[in-house]
Amino acid sequence: MKPFDYVRAASVSQAVAAAGDPGAAYLAGGTNLLDLMKGGALRPDMLVDIARLPGLDRIDRLGDGGLRIGAMVRNADLAHDADFARSYPAVVEALLSGASAQIRNAATVGGNLLQRTRCSYFYDVASACNRREPGSGCDALHGENRLHAVLGWSPNCIATHPSDFCVPLVAMDAVVEIEGKAGRREIALEALHRLPGDTPAHETALEPGDLIVALRLPADAASFAAHARFLKVRERTSFAFAVASAAAALDVDGGTIRSARIALGGVAAKPWRARTAEQALAGADLTEAAFRKAAEAALAEAKPSGDNAFKIELAKRIVVRVLKLAAAGTPERLPALPASPFSSVPGERRYA
Amino acid sequence: MTFSISLTVNGERREISLDDPRVTLLDLLRERLDLTGAKKGCDRGQCGACTVMVNDRRINSCLALALSLDGAHVVTIEGLAQRDELHPMQAAFIAHDGLQCGFCTPGQIMSAIGLIGEGQAGDDPERVREGMSGNICRCGAYRGITEAVLEAQEILAEQDRRSAA
Repeated sequence: MKPFDYVRAASVSQAVAAAGDPGAAYLAGGTNLLDLMKGGALRPDMLVDIARLPGLDRIDRLGDGGLRIGAMVRNADLAHDADFARSYPAVVEALLSGASAQIRNAATVGGNLLQRTRCSYFYDVASACNRREPGSGCDALHGENRLHAVLGWSPNCIATHPSDFCVPLVAMDAVVEIEGKAGRREIALEALHRLPGDTPAHETALEPGDLIVALRLPADAASFAAHARFLKVRERTSFAFAVASAAAALDVDGGTIRSARIALGGVAAKPWRARTAEQALAGADLTEAAFRKAAEAALAEAKPSGDNAFKIELAKRIVVRVLKLAAAGTPERLPALPASPFSSVPGERRYA
Repeated sequence: MTFSISLTVNGERREISLDDPRVTLLDLLRERLDLTGAKKGCDRGQCGACTVMVNDRRINSCLALALSLDGAHVVTIEGLAQRDELHPMQAAFIAHDGLQCGFCTPGQIMSAIGLIGEGQAGDDPERVREGMSGNICRCGAYRGITEAVLEAQEILAEQDRRSAA
């Protein structure tokens, strides 16, 4: 690991001032940053430790019915907050399907949003990667790329955003509060991550020194709580990133969908909101035919970036299946394997 | 530049000066405090062999900068046994053959204690397995590990009931 300076910020303004220097990076839970620094993919000159900034570890119900989650709230604390789980069950299912318990105990809300792609060429400093080293090329394009993007990619970069948490959040119109040199501002989570285009290294809408201080869910996000699920296909049952995932949330009146929210993960460089699929479902009945139509709409623009054409069909099937799960209703208690297409076989639960 | 931090490690307060901010909690424990129970398996948060308790929560000590944990309470595998009496989780791992080579075992045991403290898994083996998925055992002792966790959980709950009575 390259040597670096370390400073522990005492206030948000002090942190923003310190992190404005070129080569500075924020340290929160460190679960992704230290991993990247050990491999040399990231080489900051200075870490600004924000883990103890006062006031950023709170979850507050807002007067308008929305919810504000401090950026330093740990993933495990949010997932196990009973009020949060009742109102936003798909977000909890996504959180608990991600990483391991140890990592969820350390990783933060803000850090989850800003975690980097798990493209192995981004991690491997001997490989060409336009995201890590602008202009160096993309070794993923003709490499091992079965897990890479099928939506919104460019020949400059075919990496995906790895977050599960962001998928239901973007479906729920989450908003990100940012403190920067010019003060406080907010943007839709959907606008935080950028598609690669010609500048894949420019990953987010953040400017140098910008600090995410909170995440906000609008009041209507809780209105889907009775029919909200997240489904994630991985290459092993637990502690793995998504091959593809989807969140679905339905506002149902009798057998008819008043409104729907759908987003996909593991398919693009950002959590992918599928608005055309949502429109296809508005006013539709809860039928498999309607779900299939929505899935086709969600993936209409998809194209393989390599050996990953299978992901397009897989993502469609995940959308249909998560819609079926959402239609059936949010379960009283999350399944033993959150977001997994595999469920425990009744009767075998007794055996260790 | 030298940094000073204090940590309470297995109940003992330690004043520590670090001349390099790169030191992880794992390296601090192993290389400077001579607590080699926590293991360096992958050093990247993927194997769980380095799991310790920090402020009553299980974390990967390889992915935490020691400096960032100033003031924390750390418990490692060395802090579990009371003199010659093993912690119930340690005893259960032996009773159920929850290990073969033993390399991952300190991390497994610390993780299992964290799992029980979190109170999410209950007595469902599937939930225990899911909750322990951050700990890899390449010998494949998973069945014994799950049995040990379930048994130790009962013993610890019984101890709590007795001490409350």
